[in-house]
Amino acid sequence: MLIRKPQDIPSSEITDRKLYLNRRKFMVGAAALGAAAVVGRATWDLGSPEMLVNAAAKLQASKRTDHAGGEKQTPLQDITNYNNFYEFGTDKYSPAGLAKEFRTRPWTVSVEGLVKRAKTYDIDAVLKMAPLEERVYRLRCVEGWSMVIPWLGFPLSDFLRQVEPSPGAKFVEFTTLYDPKQMPGQRSSVLEWPYIEGLRLDEAMHPLTLLTVGLYGEVLPNQNGAPLRLVVPWKYGFKSIKSVVKIRLVDRQPATTWNKSAPTEYGFYSNVNPNVDHPRWSQAKERRIGEFFKRKTLMFNGYAEQVGNLYSGMDLRKDF
Amino acid sequence: MLSKAGWLKVAVFLACLIPLAQLAWKGFDGRLGANPIEVVTHSTGIWTLIFLLITLSITPLRKMFGQPWLINFRRMIGLFAFFYGSLHLLTYVWLDKFFDWTDITKDVYKRPFITAGFTAFVLMVPLAATSTKRWIQRLGGRRWNLLHKLVYVSALAGVVHFYWLVKKDVTEPLIYGSVLAALLSYRVGVWAWKKSESGKRVPRSAGEDTAANGSSVQVTADAD
Repeated sequence: MLIRKPQDIPSSEITDRKLYLNRRKFMVGAAALGAAAVVGRATWDLGSPEMLVNAAAKLQASKRTDHAGGEKQTPLQDITNYNNFYEFGTDKYSPAGLAKEFRTRPWTVSVEGLVKRAKTYDIDAVLKMAPLEERVYRLRCVEGWSMVIPWLGFPLSDFLRQVEPSPGAKFVEFTTLYDPKQMPGQRSSVLEWPYIEGLRLDEAMHPLTLLTVGLYGEVLPNQNGAPLRLVVPWKYGFKSIKSVVKIRLVDRQPATTWNKSAPTEYGFYSNVNPNVDHPRWSQAKERRIGEFFKRKTLMFNGYAEQVGNLYSGMDLRKDF
Repeated sequence: MLSKAGWLKVAVFLACLIPLAQLAWKGFDGRLGANPIEVVTHSTGIWTLIFLLITLSITPLRKMFGQPWLINFRRMIGLFAFFYGSLHLLTYVWLDKFFDWTDITKDVYKRPFITAGFTAFVLMVPLAATSTKRWIQRLGGRRWNLLHKLVYVSALAGVVHFYWLVKKDVTEPLIYGSVLAALLSYRVGVWAWKKSESGKRVPRSAGEDTAANGSSVQVTADAD
């Protein structure tokens, strides 16, 4: 399926061929330097098991597409140290530490409900279900901050097509692992566990909806929802459920965690919408991590052209 | 040369600046994390509350443990609460709203947690302004005491502000809330006890708290 881009690239933005070739040369040089650095570093860090794990965790992308209008990507350091992942604490600085020992193998994803091929998939089988691609998306948190992240994954639709939803399926319900031994946040009742999210089937089948296994060219760090998460770039971050163990196709709108916890504040849809405020704070602007001034929040987080039609005829104030 | 008490005051003064120094140092060093402005906002807000609660705990501590000298620090710590509160407000007005006054006015009016926080700050202004000996003299201990009872409302509004702004995990605001509740119940207890005592004995014209009234003006005017 093709994803429509907002505009064609204006000719002024197209790099001159000579420059382009020079850049290629530069890039080759840079790559060689980089490789040397990596090898050097790997040798240097041989004693450190963490580095070895990382070295093994590289992922290959079959193609790369930027869906964030060329906006600067958020540094990995920030993406991996500022996380809303209540299973590892309600403080955004705690998941990086508390998720360190989280085990992502063995891992299975059970597909249930209204599907022809209900079964439990091994994570490594899921990884092979479709070619991985890199997608650079904006991520807008309901709290008013945002990032630009190069995710790695494949469209959820590729996965769903293979499990074959039955005609009666209207919604998809996702569930995060429940394991209080490993996820200390689940020992507190701040939210109802396990974490559940959901999408309408057409939202789930939309080509932008990404079943995600990595970021910045590597396997997902634990605190970012390893080994498998959802990324729905036009919705507030909490819709992009992490560490998924169950995908269930259902005929009714699933009861989702944040919606259950505060129905007036977090709707089922939770599409990014600068015109509909959170009851307690404005959603008109956001702070892009790494920037000083605030940005205007874009309708559907800047993906209005691609996803707007999913909601035509709906009152987004009512169905927020 | 400073007296021993003088040195102690200097030490406490410098100690009160540690949270700010730490923020500045970390900020300068790039160690405030992914969202430094959020950290500065949160941290200055928390320290405002902490200093308010310390201010409010001085009277219970000095009375319960017989440490009258503690009163010498109450004004300074109270003023530090105001100082951190001002920084907190400044981060909001500048780094969050970038001096967009229409937006700020709308926020104060429309968002309950901003209304509460703003109230907490505004109530501190007259207290800070009348914190000098001259003002105690000018108002008279009794009226000054009465005015400075506003600190209870300010602290309460501060805790409510915190409680209303958190997304879901209210543990932290509840901790500050319970400390405040304890400090306030001490006052209610003392008040109830005095009332029952004065009912038993010949009613006095003025309570212990207003002993500082008149000629022997001290900074010990009790408003907490």
